[in-house]
Amino acid sequence: MGKVTNLFLCGVGGQGILLASEVISSACRKAGYDIKQSEVHGMAQRGGSVVAHLRFGEKVYSPLIEPGGADIVLSFELLEALRYLPYMHRDTRVIVNTQKILPAPVATGMDTYPPDVIDQLTQRGISVFPLDAFAIAKAAGETRAVNMVLVGALAALLTFDENIFLEVISERMPEKIRQKNISAFLKGKEALQDLLTGSLQTQERG
Amino acid sequence: MKNKHNIGDNVLLSGNEAIARGAFEAGVKVASAYPGTPSTEILENLCSYAGVYAEWAPNEKVALEVALGASFAGARALATMKHVGLNVAADPLFTAAYTGVKGGLVIVTADDPEMHSSQNEQDNRNYAYAAKVPMLEPSDASEAKEFLKTAFRISEEFDTPVLVRTTTRVAHVKGMVSLDSSEVSSATLGIEKMPEKFVMLPAHARKRRVELEKRLARLREFAETFPGNRIEWADNKRGFITSGVSYLYVKEAFPEASVLKLGMAYPFADRLIKKFASQVQDLFVVEELDPFIENHVRALGLACHGKDLVPAVGELNSYAVRKSITGEVAADLFAPVPIPLRPPNLCAGCPHRGIFHAIAKLKVFVAGDIGCYTLAALKPLSSMDSCVCMGASIGTAFGMEKALGKDALGKIIAVIGDSTFMHSGITGLIDVVYNRGFSTVVILDNRTTGMTGHQPNPSTGVTLCGDEGAAIDIEALCRAIGVKHVVTIDPHQHGDAEKVLRQEIERPEPSVIITKAPCALLPEIKKKKDVQRYTVQRKKCTGCRSCLKIGCPAIEWVPLTPEEAAQMGYKKTQKGHSSINPVICIGCGQCVPLCKFDAIVASGAGNG
Repeated sequence: MGKVTNLFLCGVGGQGILLASEVISSACRKAGYDIKQSEVHGMAQRGGSVVAHLRFGEKVYSPLIEPGGADIVLSFELLEALRYLPYMHRDTRVIVNTQKILPAPVATGMDTYPPDVIDQLTQRGISVFPLDAFAIAKAAGETRAVNMVLVGALAALLTFDENIFLEVISERMPEKIRQKNISAFLKGKEALQDLLTGSLQTQERG
Repeated sequence: MKNKHNIGDNVLLSGNEAIARGAFEAGVKVASAYPGTPSTEILENLCSYAGVYAEWAPNEKVALEVALGASFAGARALATMKHVGLNVAADPLFTAAYTGVKGGLVIVTADDPEMHSSQNEQDNRNYAYAAKVPMLEPSDASEAKEFLKTAFRISEEFDTPVLVRTTTRVAHVKGMVSLDSSEVSSATLGIEKMPEKFVMLPAHARKRRVELEKRLARLREFAETFPGNRIEWADNKRGFITSGVSYLYVKEAFPEASVLKLGMAYPFADRLIKKFASQVQDLFVVEELDPFIENHVRALGLACHGKDLVPAVGELNSYAVRKSITGEVAADLFAPVPIPLRPPNLCAGCPHRGIFHAIAKLKVFVAGDIGCYTLAALKPLSSMDSCVCMGASIGTAFGMEKALGKDALGKIIAVIGDSTFMHSGITGLIDVVYNRGFSTVVILDNRTTGMTGHQPNPSTGVTLCGDEGAAIDIEALCRAIGVKHVVTIDPHQHGDAEKVLRQEIERPEPSVIITKAPCALLPEIKKKKDVQRYTVQRKKCTGCRSCLKIGCPAIEWVPLTPEEAAQMGYKKTQKGHSSINPVICIGCGQCVPLCKFDAIVASGAGNG
């Protein structure tokens, strides 16, 4: 518990990043950690790139993750994972939603969406866990639960009890959408666990 | 009471939520503000506490005056604003320092280093010095809550308004806060006439001026023993004097160093500073923006490092602090890779988009203002040519007109939002009418204060805490000011908008065009069922890109190779076609008239 864990969330305004960040913070709190969670409101929300810094551990001072300091990056959109490369280091684990949301310059044909985002990360030795969170959320019956799929995926990389997350989601979500969000969370967790098993098998074979 | 937390709970709160809680625990009775990032959530949260009257004022000056009046009546009162809001409220602030208070009066200024959502990066600690009022500066949410209560006690004990300064990384950072019960003000409610204290005519003000200096001297003594100013002794090789969020960066970067943390940004605890300086080998002052502490430390005759090493521009972080002090650069950092930018954009279905598309065709100088619509300055709309501060559009347009004379007719237009017009656009319009101008003013009435997160305003008639009532009628107001030509249009109909704009800019008299349509993010639009969305009929699209010119996030360009073009039945030279993303489209229909080939049709009417 001594070391501070640095979790960097990024994506596009409107994807539910701030809510995901709150759910994770609440779970960290229930797990007994000190937390600092930093976000920016206002201009950043109009379809622009959005980030949240979440740091937890025994005692946390700074609210901001240093360049090269992220332990885990949770990217809600494919391209955004690459944008925040300077926050990563070789041992950073990147969970990335492979969903593409075209930035304005691409949508208007002024620029092109890079075709090799994941390769650019793995080429630098970074562990990437890609998942189609939109498809998983759809399978869970709620396309707006992309954020909970990603929280589930994150939970697979954290050491604390799954029940803590389930408790927080139950508290936070209105009854009408609670079950679907829990289902999205569990499917997200499962998807990442599958990736972990897959990468382990690859290593064994290699 | 809507707030569900209990006394003794240890909860996760943002700095702004903690400030609201602190104000509640301090027994605040009246709170007034104008929304502004990063301060907005304070008053929004205060609404959830029983026994507090909280309101949106039309601007920060009024907000501070309301709070001051409540203080005159013996209530603890709060005014909150973003840093530039204090410029607007500076007039009452400087003289409130003379009158002093009856009930405690606290003003929160939320600064925005790095300009995440602001037009400048001013350091409002300078206001404490200039107005001669004490300022507290919390580092995190927990301290913010405590400092609010302390600020009210200082205000009543020293008979002074008290400033509390946060920055984005205090206001919008969540941390653990433990909740206490609320306390009671030492002041009594009631009307009390004290002209020598409250009527600042010169004879009285001269006496209060002397009092002001005496008060500052007493506050300097208070600062020496104020527990918020504290030394954390450790290794004495490096000693850091710091405040606010910079303290957290210093602790993170130099956990082994001694630190003097100044919870009171002004006035300074001189003896404490000298004592600290005398016991460390190298003294560093770490602060964001201006060398506010550093200049004072140097004035005390103490040698120190400060802005010679630490950046004065933008916000800091622990890495920037470590690097600037030690010169060590982290090895193996990944360099950023060039990828497409993702600038913020007007939302799909935004009523502002159409009017700016129409304005762009006029090729006029657009004097703009503060709000979501400032984004119209960006490509592809590129239809804003100046933006300075709240309400400046009308005055600057009028000034250009007076400088250019008759040549300006038909060449300049002022554009301002509904909430911004209420804030400080009205007086500009009065100037145009009074001084025989011919300015054309477009008031973008989207029925809310969009950029800061959809706060109601006087022209919506809904109050901060949700009471619905009389709304200020913008059209009637403009007429009452003396504008004879006031026309209200639907901005989703660009053809009409362009016609009206062309007609009004040529008019040699003041005119106002109100574009009225609700913000696309308001629940009444978002929750609309059976929305008729639009799609591009592929066969008809010629790839002319006309529909891309409004920069709607729902309209996407699909590039094609000559082979792909041929396969799709296009000419080989066609570089691509447009497509409407059905998830993003909200069916505003603004794009339909842009297509000369009638390729944009209601969904279901052709192949999508």
